[in-house]
Amino acid sequence: MDTTLPSTSTPVSMGTSIIAVTFDGGVILGADSRTTTGNYIANRVTDKITPLCDNVYTLRSGSASDTQAIAGYVQHFIAQHQAEEGDQITVKTAANLVKMMAYNNKDFLQAGLIVAGFDKHGGGQVYSISLGGTMTATPFAMSGSGSTYIHGFCDKYWREKMSEQDAMEFVTRALRYAMTWDASSGGCIRTVTITAAGAKRQFIQGSQIPPTYGELSREQVVA
Amino acid sequence: MLPRPTTHSKALGPGVAGPELAVAISAVLDRPPKPVSHLPLSGAQPCAVDPAALCDPRQHTKYPYVTGTSVMAIKYKDGVLVGCDTLGAYGTTKRYKSTQRIYHVNSKCVVAAGGEISDFQYISNLLDELTTDDYRFDDGIELSPQEVHSYLCRVMYNRRNKFDPLWNSLVVGGVQGGQPFLGMVGMIGTHYTDSHVTTGFANQLARPLFRERQRDDMSEEDALQLMYDALKVCYYRDKVSINKFQIAKVTKDDGVSISEPFALDMRWDYKMFAQPTKWAVGAW
Repeated sequence: MDTTLPSTSTPVSMGTSIIAVTFDGGVILGADSRTTTGNYIANRVTDKITPLCDNVYTLRSGSASDTQAIAGYVQHFIAQHQAEEGDQITVKTAANLVKMMAYNNKDFLQAGLIVAGFDKHGGGQVYSISLGGTMTATPFAMSGSGSTYIHGFCDKYWREKMSEQDAMEFVTRALRYAMTWDASSGGCIRTVTITAAGAKRQFIQGSQIPPTYGELSREQVVA
Repeated sequence: MLPRPTTHSKALGPGVAGPELAVAISAVLDRPPKPVSHLPLSGAQPCAVDPAALCDPRQHTKYPYVTGTSVMAIKYKDGVLVGCDTLGAYGTTKRYKSTQRIYHVNSKCVVAAGGEISDFQYISNLLDELTTDDYRFDDGIELSPQEVHSYLCRVMYNRRNKFDPLWNSLVVGGVQGGQPFLGMVGMIGTHYTDSHVTTGFANQLARPLFRERQRDDMSEEDALQLMYDALKVCYYRDKVSINKFQIAKVTKDDGVSISEPFALDMRWDYKMFAQPTKWAVGAW
């Protein structure tokens, strides 16, 4: 219809594709970069991978403001915890803090987060916290509106103890397929790899993502 | 069963879904109408309150399912350019990536549509019936773009009055009498003609560009560049769009040509895009 104006009453939402996988030596977190207000793309280069501390990052999906608020609180709690413990926090504890926020405020929040990181006790771990505050630990997890399109793909192609390179290939392929089908996901692919050595960021520009079926390749760019 | 042209019933008006039973009657009678109060004038069955309610399996389009997004069009020196992407979206699923949303009516007119694709296919069918009639007349006369615009206007308004709209925003572009023509018709029958027309998101995104840069005497090169920029901004900011476009060109000398689908170069290489939160850890 012609009357779809970008409106201030439509919540800013991260219809999103986010995915996190464990591999042999750590975890890789991947996300698209689109934030929308209704059909309008408010931010085409969003950073949805937010650090909670040096060794634990979170992927955010759902209402942008709700997830930002939760991440902000948890960053504060973790800083406090680490100061008291004098040691790096475990991924499970960090995830539990996020779960606590999501569960205790479930009536007010619309947030689906994936918490993933590396600690010396458990290695790479991925925890998924869904809308009501349910926390589940799985070797890989995906969330957001785009994740529905890649459940089959991920089930088929994920393997235990992949190499870092294979895991990166898996994450970027999965995101690529999610972004090509979901209108609420798109833009660029951001990834963060967390290992014993720390966290490493990567950015794949939109124009460098290979096309899928029905899309056009770089050769067909006219201007 | 022989196919019958059902879409131009004189009783119901053009493009209206209705029972085949309705019969056309002349407004001019040769004698005063005999009182036949038990028989409806529309020619439907007696004692039927609403002929459309009787065994009419056709649904009313209450909301769209497979949709196309913006269409944008500009006049230039030699004619008009009409551009849109090739996506048929299913809600927020980018389902059909090779839909052609531009219909080639005749050698001087094209119609492009945003909104429900099935309704657009139906409209294409209506126009096809008209052009087939023109062809059969075999006198070289074709419908002008202005005539197509008026016709579509009546169709859309007629359907709106029956609470069964064709869920489309149409752009009619062409050349007539050596002059470019551009018109728009909305799903409730609102219509206008102008030097540049847009539908959907292009209303907000492309129109400012057109207002700034479009001139009726602009060269084809400038017009194409303007169209590319407008298509690009719609792809950047409309989530239900893809980087695959078609542009239809209608000129007085060369008639209608609809391009093959092409892509545009999108800029993602700004430095600040790579790490927007670099200097504000934990920000977004």
